[in-house]
Amino acid sequence: MNKTDALIIGAGPTGLFTAHQLKLIGLDCEVVDNLDKIGGQCIELYPDKPIYDIPAVPECTGEQLTNNLINQLKPFDIKFHLGERVEEVKKEDTNWSVKTSSGNIFLTPNVIIAGGVGSFEPRKFAPKECEQYENKSLFYSVKDKNIFKGKTVSIFGGGDSALDWAIELSKDCKINLIHRRDEFRGAPATVDKMQELVKSGKINLFTKYQMANAHGDQKLESIDIKHDNNEIKNLKSDYVLGFFGLIMQLGPIANWGLNLNKKTIEVDTEKFETNQKGIYAVGDICSYPGKLKLILSGFHEGALAARACFKLARPNEKYRFEFTTTSSNLLKRLGKKE
Amino acid sequence: MAKIIYITHENEKHIIEVQNGLTVMEGAVQNNIPGIDADCGGGMACATCHVYVKEDWFNKLPKKENGEDDMLDMAFEPKKNSRLSCQIIVSDEIDGLEVNIPSKQA
Repeated sequence: MNKTDALIIGAGPTGLFTAHQLKLIGLDCEVVDNLDKIGGQCIELYPDKPIYDIPAVPECTGEQLTNNLINQLKPFDIKFHLGERVEEVKKEDTNWSVKTSSGNIFLTPNVIIAGGVGSFEPRKFAPKECEQYENKSLFYSVKDKNIFKGKTVSIFGGGDSALDWAIELSKDCKINLIHRRDEFRGAPATVDKMQELVKSGKINLFTKYQMANAHGDQKLESIDIKHDNNEIKNLKSDYVLGFFGLIMQLGPIANWGLNLNKKTIEVDTEKFETNQKGIYAVGDICSYPGKLKLILSGFHEGALAARACFKLARPNEKYRFEFTTTSSNLLKRLGKKE
Repeated sequence: MAKIIYITHENEKHIIEVQNGLTVMEGAVQNNIPGIDADCGGGMACATCHVYVKEDWFNKLPKKENGEDDMLDMAFEPKKNSRLSCQIIVSDEIDGLEVNIPSKQA
């Protein structure tokens, strides 16, 4: 059981700056994220893409922004729980009890949902037949590459994950690489390496094909792939790997009794509180009249939600507004001597 | 203004007058056409506003920008006539455009 003043769900830019604001005003917080790394959409969707509309930062990539936010948290001690998804939330007296997929339980008066558009989950193959082989002979990530040794592996996708694994596994597996078009979006050097392996017969390349069907009893035996011109090929396969990136799913949050508007959570614009007292939503996941899905809006929303948390976390104290330029309290928390 | 014809997977036809300058995605979202999620809000970063453009229209539209095909790699059941509707800007020239919405976005 972890007791904390506020639990932040989501370690994207909004969640990170919200943590900063909570710590700055003297509250504790912990952060949970489904991804195995900090940064949210910035790291998952556009680590290398420049962003031009962060105030006072003329240009930075998603990765740079994330690193700067992590640096800004350095003075503080904040526990991150990565690779964990929040599953349940229950009211317990004046607290919320929040349970994660790894069985961690948090007891807190304040839950701040900074979840982007939900948690990231792998995009899956379209044909229904694929489902029954999932996590047995069909995977969307590689946990133990040794299981593929000496086997025939069919890999789908055109990005770096698909190419990297095709190259790596071609050392001791028979590899089919299947992609929906001739162009690959992976790094040029990786694409060249893959083409070399195709030439030397280490990788069988099928472009303009997509997954059409999967066959086998308990174990996967073969797959059908379909060309743009509808021609179907059957490939013997022991294993299938699909790398189509990640998709955002609202997941269990949808069942928390919050007022939803499509995939977003309705909040007020004073505290960014939902219809449940002590549960807030900030960043891309919240909606209110005039909402802009900009990172800077998330920062503003997090700053206000953090102040709202103070009241529930310290019911007998009064929150006083202070500036970091002048307050010795704040400077002390930031680890500056003055 | 241009008429955009959205056809859902269930074959329901929605004919919407969309203002010039908006995207085909925005036209759908603002009018609650089911089946277009647009998670990223039009940033070509999610592939959940994927549509199939009727063949004769496909070649008339301005060509895909860099990056759109990369994103379409991740779409659910992409085809040759796949586009991201957030990248199709509405103008008088595309009056009557027909797009089919896939069975799902992910």
